Amino acid sequence: MIEEKVIIKNETGLHARPAANLVKKASTYPCVLKIKKGDKEANLQSMLGVLSLGVSKGDEVSIIADGQDEEETLKQLVDFINHLEG
Amino acid sequence: METEGDVEMEERIRTGVAAATGIAIGKVLIWKNRVLPVTKRTVTDCEGEKDRYREAVAAARRELVELRSKVAGKLGAAEGEIIEAHLLMAEDPELTAGVLQKITEEKVNAEYALESVIHSYEALLEGVDDPYLRERGADLRDVKTRIIRLLQGEKGQNQVKIEKECIVVADDLVPSETAQLDQGKVLGFVTAKGGMTSHTAILARSLGIPAVVGLGEEISQLAEGKLLIVDGAQGVVISQPSADCLRVYQEKQEKARAERARNYRRLAAVMGEEAISKDGKRVIIAANIGAPVDIEQALAHGCDGIGLFRTEFLYMSKNHLPTEEEQFAAYREVLEKMGEKPVIIRTLDIGGDKHLPYLQLEEESNPALGYRAIRICLDQTAIFQTQLRAMLRAAVYTRAPGGLQIMFPMISSLQELRAAREILAEAKSALVSSGIKVGKIQVGMMIEIPSAALLTGAFAKEVDFLSIGTNDLIQYTLAVDRMNGKVAKVYDEYHPAVLRLVKYTIDMAHAEGKPVGICGETAGNPRLIPVLFGMGVDELSMNPGRLLETRDLVRSMNYKAAKDLAEKVIMMAETSDQVKEYIAEFK
Repeated sequence: MIEEKVIIKNETGLHARPAANLVKKASTYPCVLKIKKGDKEANLQSMLGVLSLGVSKGDEVSIIADGQDEEETLKQLVDFINHLEG
Repeated sequence: METEGDVEMEERIRTGVAAATGIAIGKVLIWKNRVLPVTKRTVTDCEGEKDRYREAVAAARRELVELRSKVAGKLGAAEGEIIEAHLLMAEDPELTAGVLQKITEEKVNAEYALESVIHSYEALLEGVDDPYLRERGADLRDVKTRIIRLLQGEKGQNQVKIEKECIVVADDLVPSETAQLDQGKVLGFVTAKGGMTSHTAILARSLGIPAVVGLGEEISQLAEGKLLIVDGAQGVVISQPSADCLRVYQEKQEKARAERARNYRRLAAVMGEEAISKDGKRVIIAANIGAPVDIEQALAHGCDGIGLFRTEFLYMSKNHLPTEEEQFAAYREVLEKMGEKPVIIRTLDIGGDKHLPYLQLEEESNPALGYRAIRICLDQTAIFQTQLRAMLRAAVYTRAPGGLQIMFPMISSLQELRAAREILAEAKSALVSSGIKVGKIQVGMMIEIPSAALLTGAFAKEVDFLSIGTNDLIQYTLAVDRMNGKVAKVYDEYHPAVLRLVKYTIDMAHAEGKPVGICGETAGNPRLIPVLFGMGVDELSMNPGRLLETRDLVRSMNYKAAKDLAEKVIMMAETSDQVKEYIAEFK
């Protein structure tokens, strides 16, 4: 299980459109993925989970990957988040 | 004007949120959101109930998939993405797990289980700070309504017919309903709830009709069938307008309509046409863009290609150097969207005047003459390599016959050009030996420093194309800081010295058989375009807003006459006033 912190930089944070893109992307990986903000944690493959975490621009979150290819998966997801638009 | 008394009789102005600009004058149509009552029942067959839920979700999925393709076609990608979010919500693993668990544990019906689970998510969203996120609660409720409707056995979506043109007034509007609206008949939207980013606002903006949202409880005062004026820009609605008020708004509307019709006619007439003069001389009309998101505007105004894709946005909107992957994604997006149309991407062109803390650029006393653009790239080759690698990889995705055109800025000497080309060659062979696919490319450079302009002949031998950056060329030739307001008058794009340099560049490049474009603001200046066209420039690249007018202008010109004008300006004008005189005599 590995973890990496990332700061949300896109303008509107993780709301419907970027959240949808992120969740769709996360759902393509076989391992267990979580996103953590403060002490709240959510399933990164769950749209509702991500939305209800209420992540805005400037927030720092942790991405946790556990399972098959977790290192590569985490790297790609963090990169994806840093490139989120909208 | 607001007065005391019965609100139904007097003109009344109410203010909400200005969600979408425009003026609508029409009759009110009260839109009732469907309310589906949910009763809690005890079930004995939990497995059966769970199956019933799963089937309803599958049916919701089918509806949403169909809706997505319809909506994306009509309303554009942004709306399509909201439906996408609905899809994800409907199939959300946490939601489904929660509902199924509730059915099992409490032995309740699926409708009730769904409603309670969604309710807890809604509560979570309400507690969030961000107004945009809070509004997503509306999306959640719409998904819930859809699934409950299916559970209750209603097949097919809400088909609501709107007979006459009207202004739709509602508590709130959700995608599942508005997608069914007959667009042609809706003149505007007014809702009690919502803000700038609610579904109603987004929809209205993409439909190009006015909307005022967040009107609050007062909305109940708007009566069915009564005349209403909606002023989207001001965020007001006016009921029972006086004759004067009505007239003023009708005039505003007419003006706007006439303007739109004019633009539309010009659009229709010129959009698909080639920019060819009456006597058959062609020029490429291209767009300057600063980010992938600008492509839509560029294509909407009919560009032949991208003459300048500025890459600085990648370096400026983040607090770290853009990775190869980030850059690759951006370049690829632009190339895919442009298809067969050529794209010129310029390598990093930034300096100390932009604040980039991670790049550690020191403050300089002459940033325009200092450590910037290609000078940074040739010094910090890792940054340069990353960008070039991303471009080479992205080049695979263009369908332009010439491949991706890579352009180096601020070249002042042959050594610089050769050094840049070497680094490009290194980047390419590194990729190739790693087995990574590399696309077809062309290499070009900007002519923006006088030394480069004067040696164009030598440069033209070693590049595939050139592009004149008139903004900086003017700056360096006239020794004027274009950012310095105090000497703004000295910055003069009509200066004959600059025009002579441009002509010289074009002539020398053509002597080597290489094409020349112009990508500074001058390229979009309708007064100077006849001169530039007459000099034989091959491409004019400008802000998307100027594309149509320019295309129109070229088509109206006679090349021979423009050529004569250019010669006259170059031979005889010694001051910019004289240049302007000759231009005024033209046509």
